[in-house]
Amino acid sequence: MRKKNFFLKTGMAVLAIATAFLQPVQVEAKSNENSYTYNYDYWGDYMDSADFYNPCKVFTSTELGLDLKLKNPQGLFADGNTLYLCDSGNNRIIELNRVSPEQLEVVRVIDSIKGAKGSETLNNPTDIAVSEDGNLFIADQGNARIVKVDKDLNYIMEFVKPTDNTLDPKLVFQPSKVTVDTAERVYCIATGINKGLVKYENDGSFSGFVGATPVTFNWTDYIWKKLASQEQRAKMESFVPTEYENIYMDYEGFIYTTRALTEDQAGDDESAVRKLNLMGNDILVKNGDWSVMGDLYIGSGGGYEGPSILTDVTVLDNDIYVCLDRNRGRLFGYDDQGRLVFAFGGNGNMDGYFRRPSAIDHIGHELYVVDSLDCSITAFVPTSFGELVYTAIDEFDKGKYEESGAAWQEVMNQNGNYDLAYIGIGRALLRQKDYKEAMKYFELKYDEDNYSKAYKQYRKIWVEEHIVWIVVIILALLLVPISIGRIKSIRHEIDTADIFVVEKKG
Amino acid sequence: MIANTKTIDNPKDKYLDSLKFALYCITHPLDGFWDLTHEKRGTYAAANTILALTLLIRILKLRYTSFIFLKVYWEDLNIFLYLASILFPLALWVVGNWGLTTLFDGKGKLGQVYMATCYALTPYPLVQFPLMIFSNFVTVEEAEFYSVLSTLSLVWAALLVIAAMGQIHEYSAGKNLLFTVATLFAMLVMIFILMIFFSMISQGVAYFISLAKEFMFRM
Repeated sequence: MRKKNFFLKTGMAVLAIATAFLQPVQVEAKSNENSYTYNYDYWGDYMDSADFYNPCKVFTSTELGLDLKLKNPQGLFADGNTLYLCDSGNNRIIELNRVSPEQLEVVRVIDSIKGAKGSETLNNPTDIAVSEDGNLFIADQGNARIVKVDKDLNYIMEFVKPTDNTLDPKLVFQPSKVTVDTAERVYCIATGINKGLVKYENDGSFSGFVGATPVTFNWTDYIWKKLASQEQRAKMESFVPTEYENIYMDYEGFIYTTRALTEDQAGDDESAVRKLNLMGNDILVKNGDWSVMGDLYIGSGGGYEGPSILTDVTVLDNDIYVCLDRNRGRLFGYDDQGRLVFAFGGNGNMDGYFRRPSAIDHIGHELYVVDSLDCSITAFVPTSFGELVYTAIDEFDKGKYEESGAAWQEVMNQNGNYDLAYIGIGRALLRQKDYKEAMKYFELKYDEDNYSKAYKQYRKIWVEEHIVWIVVIILALLLVPISIGRIKSIRHEIDTADIFVVEKKG
Repeated sequence: MIANTKTIDNPKDKYLDSLKFALYCITHPLDGFWDLTHEKRGTYAAANTILALTLLIRILKLRYTSFIFLKVYWEDLNIFLYLASILFPLALWVVGNWGLTTLFDGKGKLGQVYMATCYALTPYPLVQFPLMIFSNFVTVEEAEFYSVLSTLSLVWAALLVIAAMGQIHEYSAGKNLLFTVATLFAMLVMIFILMIFFSMISQGVAYFISLAKEFMFRM
């Protein structure tokens, strides 16, 4: 037996060495093809995750029961249980009623408006927005206007090319994306205008550009440009603000915008999403370990390269915003702190994968994604894991920290790679004043700010509890050397005192 | 201290005395580093001890510094490479400095350059060790203390190295600075040559390996 074992072992060893030697060098597969849903940890390492959303159903023209097939749909807008789909290629807008995520019914097809000043038909409508009063704002790109109609499609007014001296007079106004606030002020993105969003007052007058992206350039580029010839300069990227990809107005009236990042900007950890207040300033919270830019690994792979191009964004009622990447066909959800909650998707023909996604919107926690090449709407519903995360976030926002902590605990049980769960548990413990335990969770996931908050309290309590001892020790440290010195000097005085000296002699 | 030039015969006492002398060196660099070699106050044993302490503290720091200041990606950590990040520049510095100064009237020997450089590293373990413990009792808002003190220890050590070289080689201040810069260049040149050397060796080895593989396929 022993001998056999020996032979077996040496045989195995020889075989192992031989195979190791003979095998061609294997390229270690480090790709994002492991799981459908993923996340990034503190180090930016790719972490498999439990599925957050499941594709529930894919609606193509057949499922919707349309005679004329969808063609290049560009926009989607959700209002209550109603979905407006911009079937741009067929110059019409389809109003859908969501019965359930598995059932969408066509309510009506909007292809003309009544009593319009110009054209009564739509021409390449790329986006639509609905105000609180129920008026429809249609970005009628082919007719160079944004048209406002009431819910029965009666023409009210239109918004045309802004009269601004800085605009090229030859530029054709092409509004691509539109949104409207509660006072029916209109904000739009127009092709070829990079000064920011075009803002109109509710009477239709142009009131200015808001929220242009900050221009960034680096000095080496600048110097090269100074040295380059005219032709070379023309080929270089120019230092102008990038145009926005899309806009979305959240329930509080803040405008979320997305833009396509260049590789340099992605390398500088710039954010692809901006949250604009009324002044046009970016107030997006960026406390995440990584910037809001979609995928962190932007090298080529699977035929795609470059940073994620976040082409649309939608903001759920719990302040989680979901971005749609048309480069790799993925969805990225971020919470109100700018931390990645989930990422999933990919390019492909299967359900839940996309070919050229163009728009996203939500009803409740469900997500609806339009694919412009596939001409379909994909409905996503949260899995039990996803709902659990949402519950944990909602409970925390409501101030129910114990419930939130319990939910996060369950999230952690289901997905141990999920950093937000650890921080969530920590934050719940922090609110429950269990500082020591909270510190443990924060340290595990390198959340220094929250750790410091917990530690500060912990230290304060510790000092308060041990104040007597601290004072005693400090006093001892001060008094002992002093008293020792005193005793020594007294002794010295005694030893050298005249009266004793005489005695000693005696 | 200065007057204390009487010879100590007992090797153990000599070692302790030379180790203690490091504390004098870092507070009185010019005087201390002069005596280090000229009065034979320093020993290699003490120099090695200081270097070993520096390396030890550098490793301990990884584990025991608060994560607020030092986040370690353990998956990617190679302890030997990490130690080499001190040892390799040190070796380059010592060899480069000696190689240059020996051509330009430098009085220091190779061993003395090594000894003095190691003595000059003393502030690193001396400051970083208490700092490492201290780091566990602060919050993010108080992080400035840590970074200032940490930088201070490095700057202190760097200044000591420069001062030490001046004293060892009996250089004037200007000449000393000149050779400090020159030594840095020498280090770069040595790295460059080493890289060429290693890439050529690895190509040579790869050649024979592929030759051997080819033979194994054919046979």
